[in-house]
Amino acid sequence: MEQDINIKITDRDGVTHEVLAPTDMAMNLMEVVRSYELAPEGTIGICGGMAMCASCQCYVLSDTILPEMQDDEEAMLSEAFYVKDNSRLGCQIQITPEMEGLEVELAPES
Amino acid sequence: MIKTDILIIGAGPTGLFTVFEAGLLKLKCHLIDALPQPGGQCSEIYPKKPIYDIPAYPEILAGDLTDKLLEQCKQFEPGFTLGERAETIDKQDDGSFIVTTNKGTKHQAPVVAIAGGLGSFEPRKPIIDNIADYEDKGIEYIIKDPEFYRGKKVIIAGGGDSALDWSIFLSDVASEVTLIHRRNEFRGHLDSVEKVQELKNAGKIELITPAEVVGVDGQGKIESIVVKHGANTFKKACDHFVPLFGLSPKLGPIADWGLEIEKNAIKVNNALDYQTNIPGIFAIGDVNTYPGKLKLILCGFHEATLMCQAAYQIINPGKRYVLKYTTVAGVDGFDGTRKEAPKQVVKAID
Repeated sequence: MEQDINIKITDRDGVTHEVLAPTDMAMNLMEVVRSYELAPEGTIGICGGMAMCASCQCYVLSDTILPEMQDDEEAMLSEAFYVKDNSRLGCQIQITPEMEGLEVELAPES
Repeated sequence: MIKTDILIIGAGPTGLFTVFEAGLLKLKCHLIDALPQPGGQCSEIYPKKPIYDIPAYPEILAGDLTDKLLEQCKQFEPGFTLGERAETIDKQDDGSFIVTTNKGTKHQAPVVAIAGGLGSFEPRKPIIDNIADYEDKGIEYIIKDPEFYRGKKVIIAGGGDSALDWSIFLSDVASEVTLIHRRNEFRGHLDSVEKVQELKNAGKIELITPAEVVGVDGQGKIESIVVKHGANTFKKACDHFVPLFGLSPKLGPIADWGLEIEKNAIKVNNALDYQTNIPGIFAIGDVNTYPGKLKLILCGFHEATLMCQAAYQIINPGKRYVLKYTTVAGVDGFDGTRKEAPKQVVKAID
């Protein structure tokens, strides 16, 4: 599909998956991970995508320009574990065509 | 021993609606939940968030949905065992089940309905190497009885409402309250944040931000924690360290009940009645899985309704029943109340 972009997602076992993500379905990165079942159900997106649980934390590996972090995401990350400088919540990253080539790694489950 | 017809594990929306549907069939319910209040995720994680896909409610707050469900099932007098986690299940010779909680409360019922959502909520523990050595020896993840902290030096870590609220509350109880958070900003209600500011200015709460607890130490019980505050790392003495980093659901002991599990959920027969591989044990709502499963509250309501019909057959074998509409039959509560549609007016026109 022409609206799809390529994303590389490294799962919690260290395996990298190259996936196609639609840009026209209002999906966020957490949902892309779930749609490809790259993390077991119940271990990701627990709050449904409200930046309220940090179960979709990931590390951004590419220099892709992403939407700026909002207060709620920043606050949630400040309470999460395994946080690094490149941590983001997948649920707060809406997939757009500009994100072609995005590479992320899922943070450990906590 | 608490005895009931349907023992429901999980007091979220699906569990609460089960009480209503069971009540229409004159079946009594008792609910067990690890959280101290009913509502499940709706009350614990997002009570102030609007939900838009509950039929006939264009918009309803998750907390309000819980209140409405409680109101709807009230006349069927559900029993509650709250703040306790269902731990073990034992099948009896008569076919019934005994479910025991982590606090030893025993419940017996011929039918068990697991409506446990994503599992029971467990505290999220900070990643500190030897933290497990001090659990219940000065480290607690949940404050149960604030009096326990009277006259003690308490250190709380976290940046959400529970960290703020307990810091405020304990500032009048403990001899010393210190609140440590990784950032200067807090995620709680504005008035809680302002109150902590006020108590800090009054010298009743010591605030250390942006800082992190990176170690715990003590002989047999906690005596101090290690705080990383910018470039400085220092020890701080305490009697109690209470990390409040929220709760995360875990399937927990239910996973060991011999039920068929797939994708962290319990496999059920969705073509029929949402029964698990163990006859008499059903799984409804977010906790179950079957081909095409959607984790939606409205699907949980549907599953609860069908499950109750099967529960009726188990509890009343061979006893005839046909579905009745509440508009026709009304609702007879176990508390003696009756709701019914007003009789149609029949009057002649002269």
